[in-house]
Order: sequence, then structure tokens, then C-alpha cells
Amino acid sequence: MLEKQSNLKALFYLAPAMVLLSVFTFYPLFNAFFLAFLKDYEFLLRSARGFTILGNFKNVITDPDFGIAMKNTSIITFISVPISVIVALLISVALNSVKKLQGAFQTIFFLPYVTNAIAIGMAFAFIFHADYGLLNTILGWFGINPINWVGLNASWSNAMFALLVYTVWGGLAFKIMVFLSGLQSIDKQYYDAARVDATPRRRVLTRITIPLLSPMIFYITVTSFIGAFKAYRTIIGMFGETLRPPGTLSKDSLITIVGLVYDALAHADATGKMSEAAAASIILFSITMIFTLIQMQISKRRVHF
Amino acid sequence: MENNTMNRTRIRTIIFKVFVYSFLVGFAIFVLIPFYWMVLTSFKSFEQVRTEVPPSLFIGFKDLRLIENYASAWTAAPYWEYMLRTVTVAAISTVGTIFTTIFAAFAFARLNFKGRDLLFLALISTMMIPGEMFVITNYITVSNLGWYTPLGQTQFEAMLALTMPFMTSVFYLFFLRQAFKQIPDELYLAAKVDGTSDWKYLWKIMVPIASPTIITIIILNAMGTWSAYIWPKLVAAEYPLVTNGLREAYQDFFGMVNYSQQMAAALIVTLPLLIVFLFLKKYIMRGVSRSGIKG
Repeated sequence: MLEKQSNLKALFYLAPAMVLLSVFTFYPLFNAFFLAFLKDYEFLLRSARGFTILGNFKNVITDPDFGIAMKNTSIITFISVPISVIVALLISVALNSVKKLQGAFQTIFFLPYVTNAIAIGMAFAFIFHADYGLLNTILGWFGINPINWVGLNASWSNAMFALLVYTVWGGLAFKIMVFLSGLQSIDKQYYDAARVDATPRRRVLTRITIPLLSPMIFYITVTSFIGAFKAYRTIIGMFGETLRPPGTLSKDSLITIVGLVYDALAHADATGKMSEAAAASIILFSITMIFTLIQMQISKRRVHF
Repeated sequence: MENNTMNRTRIRTIIFKVFVYSFLVGFAIFVLIPFYWMVLTSFKSFEQVRTEVPPSLFIGFKDLRLIENYASAWTAAPYWEYMLRTVTVAAISTVGTIFTTIFAAFAFARLNFKGRDLLFLALISTMMIPGEMFVITNYITVSNLGWYTPLGQTQFEAMLALTMPFMTSVFYLFFLRQAFKQIPDELYLAAKVDGTSDWKYLWKIMVPIASPTIITIIILNAMGTWSAYIWPKLVAAEYPLVTNGLREAYQDFFGMVNYSQQMAAALIVTLPLLIVFLFLKKYIMRGVSRSGIKG
């Protein structure tokens, strides 16, 4: 129901956004690939010595930090996401089944979404404080001695545990909201039929609710994998710019792939570092692209049933 | 007999209800703990935090330090300056984003032009790309434009560096286009018959109808600026926004960290977000559920 083409008018309306997007979105996209293939790029001089196909990627991958970052990022992604998806699902099903206080609970569960990752990270670091923290106080009630979670010389696994708790906490809100809106859009007829047949609650959950919600569960899981793969701010919030507990060595760092990009960018004045940042960002892009493609493939088949 | 089974199902329902509510309360506590710990610590004195091991989980009325830590947190860093700058940056980038996305969304939703669908597809594809890929070149661009140099920058240059890359947004453009698309074509045709120009139709009809979506965009964009950390640190290190100020002013140097002051500062930064959320919940949730559906 549109009128005839109006190219000139469209150009007028599109121009402001398109000019900005060209400079700050489209050009950077191509330039990232260009930078990643420059040999010995000097940022201060804006000059390079020709091109290299894999040189910068090799520098990124052979850096010991890369292995550490891959390990950390994978652990954050593949542990925190399944936990928060399952917990969020249970919470939303529970929330959907109650009437009283539903709004109040919904508000509380949504709070983590609107807060500042850095400020809350600082609060979590203090909850995990060995002497003054809340967690060790509670563990003390059960006779457990104080554990050095995030303090001086804290072990990598302790620090990672604390980070995972924070990551799950931060990931719940969005998932609960999406699941809840999904649950509320399920046709009531299914539940009426189940009630007529006196189907037990657990069967209703596993045979009606979860199958009908499965496309959404799948969608949320994959997008959360992508989001978790970009973890960085949570780590700064808890551990500061060093990305690790004070006093520990870099092998115990909680650096992630995004951390690698910004680490290289922070040293952009050194030879080739800008290209390494670009190469690391392309590696990050490739990994998130794999998740996206998997999602597109599967949701094509599964979204309608 | 029948009475008996009815009683049993009723008891079962009650047990089930108790179970569901305890589960919800348990997780509600888990969600609220960081806020509680922040507030509690910010009301304790420096000495109390430092000497109590394990710390008390509640605070007596006579130990309450309602103002002390907030006052010292406020003066430990030039917070007024950070806040003023953050609000200015948020205002500029939000106004910019609103205008550019309204225009572009109008073109995509209402006008017919060559390559429209292809261009729109190209735009939404960029949403799949991690922001880090853009940041690298934008950092170079901003320094090429002279807004950020190793020798320093003026406040004005810092503002340009902080706002210009955020004067539009593909996601909000997409979001607003959806809202515009829901306005019936008949309205447009009726307006055309009455001789209303596109420009007038956009501002008199479409924008008012889509105003809830526009409010959502304003809120989400402003909250994004409030929590911005990485980009300001890269291009305006001397002109920090609130979140940068928070992390840097209270860094842990393994010395005597004043935790009550640190938590007071964290709360100062968190509180505006919570207040905005509690008052404008409806708009924020709309935006979030949309972004969940967008696919």
C-alpha cells in the first residue's frame, strides 16, 4: 500500500543516520579486516610494512594469554549460561503459577538488568571478601573456615567461582522476562485439557510447557552464549583493570577474549598491537558467528510446530 | 470418602503453594543480596567494617552512619563533575539518536525507495557483530579527527569523542521501524487525501502514536550512557563519566580500602538507575521483551 518510489525524499530522511553509520559502523567493519592483515603497523605513524596473511592472527594465538582467555571465556559461557537458563526457567514457571505478589517478584527479579555492572561487581567482590564478606560469614555458621575467594593470592578456581556466581546473577533478569512473556502467550487450552485429564503438574511442565517454550529456550541459550562470550565488564567490576585477584600471576588471570582485544588496544602505540587487537576481534566475531549460524539453522527447522 | 480425596488435593495444593513461594522468596533474596550488602556496608563506620570479623548482618540504630560515608565518597572524587558530564553526554547522544532514528525509521517504514529491503538487511546484520570490532577503528577515527591525542584534549573534544559515535543506533532504528509499521496504512492514505505532507504526517501522527517506543529508547539510551565504561576510558581518560570515576577512585591497592565509602559510592551510581527503573518499569520492560523477540 505504498505510493510510488520516492528516492530523493528517502535520501533526505536516511542521510543523518546513514552518514553516522557509515563512519562508525560500516567503515570500521571493513577496516578491522584491513588492519588485521597489515604487517608491523605503527599506529603513531599510521604506517605499515606491507601485508601479512596470518602474521597478526599467529601473534594473537601464540600469546600465552590467548589460551588462558579461551579457557576462561569457555568456562564462563558453558557453565554460567546453562545454569542461568535452567534457574530462570524454573523461576518463570513458578512466577507464572502464582497470582499474589507476582508483580513484586517480577520487579525484584528484573532489578539486575538495570544496574551498573561495575558497581555491582564491586559489591560482589566485597560479598566474597575473605574477612569482611557475607559468604564466608554464612559458611562460618556451618563450621567452614574462611575461604580466600578474591583476595590477595586467591586461587584461579576460587576467583572463577565468584565470577560465575556474579555472572549467573546478572544473567537471570533478561531470561526470566523473556520466558515469562513466552509462558503468558501459551494458549490456555492446553492447560485446560490437562486439567480435564487430571495430568500431574510435573507432566504438564515436561510435556506441555517446556516443549511449547522450546524455541524460546533455544533462542535464549544461543544468544546468551554469544553474550557470555563477550564477558568483560563483570570482570573489571570484580577484579579491576588487572582482571585478576591481587598478587596473582598472569596465568591465573580471568582475562577473556574481549579482554585480549582491549589489552592489545591499550598498547596500541607498540608495533603491530593495533593489528593484533583487530585480529583478536575477528576471532571473537568468528566464534559468535558460529553460534549465530547454528541458531539460524536449527530455528529454521524448529520454530513452527 | 469423596470428602477425604478433596481434603487431600487441597493439602497437596497448599504444600505445592508453600514450595513455590519458598522457591521464589529464596531466589528473590539471592537477587537482593548485593543491594542489601551495599546498603548495609555503606551505613557502617570504617572502624566497624574493619574490626568486625565476621561482619554483622544487621546494623543497630546507634551504629548507623547515614551520611558519613556518602559525604566522604562524594568528596573523594569530583562526583558532581562526573555526573554533570554523564548527563550532558546522555542528553546529547539521546537527542541525536532520537532524531536520526525517527527519520530513518520513517523512511524504512513508510517510503518506497530503491534498495530499501537490501539496505535494511545490511543494517540489521550489523547487530550480529560484536562491538569490539567497531571500537578499534572508531578509536583510530576519533584520534584522526583530533578529538583525542596522546598530548591531551579539551573538554569539548572529549564531548565530541564521547557522543558522536552514539548519535544513532541500528537496534533503536529497528525497534522504532517496528512501531511505525504497526500504524495502519489507511491513516496515511487519509492524510494524503487531506493533502498532509510526509513531514507533517511524521511529526503530527506517527511520532505521537509511537511515543511509548520513543520513551523506551530515551530511557534505555540514557541508562546505557550512565553505565558506559570502556569507550570513555579509551577516548576521554581525563574526563571520566560516573562509572569510570567509581572504579578508579576506589581502586584496591591492597592497602586500607575504605569499604563503607566504596559501597556508598557504588550505591550513589546505582540508585539513579533503580529510581528510573521503578518509575518507568513499563517502558523498560517493553523494550526488553521486544529485544527478546527480535530474533
